[in-house]
Amino acid sequence: MPYTTILFYVLAFITVVSAVVVVFNKNVIHSAFSLFFALFAVSGIFVLLRADFIAITQIMIYVGGILILLLFGVMLTTKITDIELRSKNLNTIPGIIFTVGIISILVFIITSTKWHVKAPVVNEETVSQIGKMLLTNYLLPFEIASIVLLVALIGSAMFARRIKD
Amino acid sequence: MENIFTQWFGNSLLTYILIPVPILVYVSVFALYAVLAERKVSAWMQNRIGPNRTDKFGLLQTILDGLKLVQKEIVNPTRSDKLYFRMAPFIVFTAAFMGYAVLPFSSVFMGVNLNIGLFYFFSITSLGVVGVLMAGWASNNKYSLYGAMRTVAQIVSYEIPTALSAIVVVMLTGTLSMNNYALAQSGGIFNWFIFGGPGDIYKIILIPIMVISVVILFISTLAETNRTPFDLTEADSELVAGVHIEYSGMLFAMFFFAEYAQMFAVSGVIATLFLGGWQSPFGDLIPFLNTPVFQVLWFLGKGLFLVFVQIWLRWTLPRVRIDQLMTMCWKYLIPITLVNLFLVGLYMLIFK
Repeated sequence: MPYTTILFYVLAFITVVSAVVVVFNKNVIHSAFSLFFALFAVSGIFVLLRADFIAITQIMIYVGGILILLLFGVMLTTKITDIELRSKNLNTIPGIIFTVGIISILVFIITSTKWHVKAPVVNEETVSQIGKMLLTNYLLPFEIASIVLLVALIGSAMFARRIKD
Repeated sequence: MENIFTQWFGNSLLTYILIPVPILVYVSVFALYAVLAERKVSAWMQNRIGPNRTDKFGLLQTILDGLKLVQKEIVNPTRSDKLYFRMAPFIVFTAAFMGYAVLPFSSVFMGVNLNIGLFYFFSITSLGVVGVLMAGWASNNKYSLYGAMRTVAQIVSYEIPTALSAIVVVMLTGTLSMNNYALAQSGGIFNWFIFGGPGDIYKIILIPIMVISVVILFISTLAETNRTPFDLTEADSELVAGVHIEYSGMLFAMFFFAEYAQMFAVSGVIATLFLGGWQSPFGDLIPFLNTPVFQVLWFLGKGLFLVFVQIWLRWTLPRVRIDQLMTMCWKYLIPITLVNLFLVGLYMLIFK
């Protein structure tokens, strides 16, 4: 077995186990820390797919940004509101029906699709290619995303300002 | 280094497990002697002698300290979260150590020549934040949590000037690979990016921009490694010791290893980006000094010099307040780096 296959199974195992912990753990902070391992292992799978830029972006945005924000939110709000943050299981029966439905559809699609296996392409300098695509073919989505982010930034800064009475 | 190891051990998993070993050995030795250097430099600055009991110059001091820490019991606070309390120091150290994967020690000795090396470095080293937060929360101590919160706020804010001041070099070279930065600065000291990089006479315009960039990069990496004057995270007069209050024995030492590992890692990045990396300052005048072994020495020399400057500043400057810290980042460093970025763009438009 080539070592990439071994690594894939290790990473997939970590992803699935920590995702299961995220869902089933009652303590929100434990869930958030497990999410860290899940996201990190997913970025490892991206590396195995030779998508290095996406892998690092995954770490930068999800682990370095969103997860930290989430942890900060959870840690700061528990002390203020005195509400113990614990996740509960609601709507068990509809949830089970829904998940079984989705899983059966996914399994059906995965087994019935003819997968085209392609030899891996060594792609040097993915960054410059992505940059050129962003500023030529995908300029409009790029600009829209940046405007949305700018609006979010200004909005959050406005909310965070001290209101003078 | 990948090529050498593949030749020796073949293309197997074992090869990739063995590649980090020499770097890990280097980091351990460096961390031990950096602690000693810190104590010695502080002693000289305060007109003391410093540790001198263990060997002639106290050379064994930190090794013995390390041995003492190995023997000590690791105490779990009663109401701490056992699993995460034990796990956190390892995450902090792993994050600091993973940055070394892309540091070019010479044109041959580097973990991996990644074509997104710089981006990888900045995102991987920010992973340590999760470990710090984990340690602060799992200790179940309010001072630990305060320390962790401060660390995270500081590191997250200072990531922006760090990345923006490094982007100046990325723009001039058009690459993200760490080895290519060193390659782009070949040909002597005046081709280093602190002096505007290789180019014709017009590069004189770049020199002030580059000097400002390197100073800002140094300041913000100093803040990211939580060194004085930005050591609010372990301000002993307010927070006892920061995140590692509850830690003892080897777990406590792991935090220190991580801090010193990160100190050299960021110094190595500054050296690679602005001070020529593994290039010899004499360029092609003395080709003998640009062979791989000497390149390692040049790289280590530049890195260790910057580490010395960090230690020097620690024992010279007082600690800043939290509002001064944030003001400096958001109101001074980020606008200046943005102006720098704009000026470099203008330069490239006109002269290239």
